Amino acid sequence: MKVNVQLREDGDMLRGKIEGEIDTFTAPILRDELETITIGKYSLIELDLSNVNYMDSTGIGVFVGFYKKVNREDGKLKLTQLSDRLTRLFEITGLNELMDIETLKKVELSDGNI
Amino acid sequence: MGYLQVQYEKILSDYLKNQSEENLYIGQNYIRQLIQKNITPEEVINIHKQAVEQLHGTLPKYVEHAYDFLIEVMVHYGLKVKEHQSLLMKQEELRIEMDIATKIQNLMLKTNIPKLNQIDIGMVSVPVRKMNGDYVYFLQDDGHHVSVAVTDVVGKGVPAALCMSMVKYGLDTLEYANNNPSYVLEVLNRIIEKSVDDSMFVSLFYGRFDVENNIFTYGSAGHEPAFYYNAKESKFYDLESKGLLLGILPEVKYRQSEIHLNDGDFIIMLTDGVTEFRKLEELDSRQLIRDIVMKFKHLNAQQMCDELYKQILCYQNYQLEDDFTVVIMKK
Repeated sequence: MKVNVQLREDGDMLRGKIEGEIDTFTAPILRDELETITIGKYSLIELDLSNVNYMDSTGIGVFVGFYKKVNREDGKLKLTQLSDRLTRLFEITGLNELMDIETLKKVELSDGNI
Repeated sequence: MGYLQVQYEKILSDYLKNQSEENLYIGQNYIRQLIQKNITPEEVINIHKQAVEQLHGTLPKYVEHAYDFLIEVMVHYGLKVKEHQSLLMKQEELRIEMDIATKIQNLMLKTNIPKLNQIDIGMVSVPVRKMNGDYVYFLQDDGHHVSVAVTDVVGKGVPAALCMSMVKYGLDTLEYANNNPSYVLEVLNRIIEKSVDDSMFVSLFYGRFDVENNIFTYGSAGHEPAFYYNAKESKFYDLESKGLLLGILPEVKYRQSEIHLNDGDFIIMLTDGVTEFRKLEELDSRQLIRDIVMKFKHLNAQQMCDELYKQILCYQNYQLEDDFTVVIMKK
């Protein structure tokens, strides 16, 4: 059980990719990593969650905490590539109405191509 | 020290004469006594060195130096052992404090399942760790309304427990079971938003049953949707009621909806500990719950809760991953 965060600057944006499982044990690691971001430096912080295969409510807590901090510092946060499972978590908690969230787009394979 | 030295020399010389199990055993017992007397590892080596010198005569210089070396390095070893012992003691103190806190929490958060003729209520709530992050609270006025709050506090352990008492006192202050769910959620949200840190929040499902008119009114703050079983249609519905988690924004409005309960209908309220199967990613847990409950819907509300718990526990290999709470209200 591990979580891994990679951050990279892209123009005036910050792109992050989060991988692994976010639970009670790994959430503090993620929180510390996000803590290092200088929010004011970027016009947008975009976090790609496509490789987050598990997240519990502690994980939600980390993103809520970070979202609040970004808002206070007049930054913008976007979470992208959420799996169905993660999307549901954000929907149930009502956070999808508040935060900028983008669900993972599935590549549709048509039978003819296989 | 002189006394210990003499004893050790005797034990060692017996062993050197005859390397029997028995003589070894005496040595092991002796070491146990030294541990009890808090003799450090480097002192033990020093005793051994002197005993060897006594028995053998002066040691070659390099053996002597090797012993001195070992004595020096073992000083650190001894310090670590001491540190470890004192940590164990501290841990024990903390454990005792946690036990007391748990007892206080259980006492403070104790809620009684209302007993009414018009509606049958059952509940199971099982914590994973000592302190339960789930919380159920019932309110009842003189026969007109029964209300229930099913809560899951994010963050576990002590911080969650503190947050939970806030929910409890919020509900206590609202006092009357006839309050509108939307109003209850709005007030609780304000209380929690003011008092907790950024990454802490509460999900809560609030339901109120109007005993005379058989109307169940509900609202949700970021909580797992409840199930509603319609006996006439033998069909389940999700009681979706979108609302933000409590404690995130200061002023949030919550919706409420209502349904009419007929004989045989029931509502299942639960926390994500019931629906979340970490190891079985592909499993449609809500369908599983519907299937289990269908088998036991002829039982009373408490028996249904018990059966659901047993079956889910079995699916989770008898090891809960999260606090498990289910409340059933059956007409």
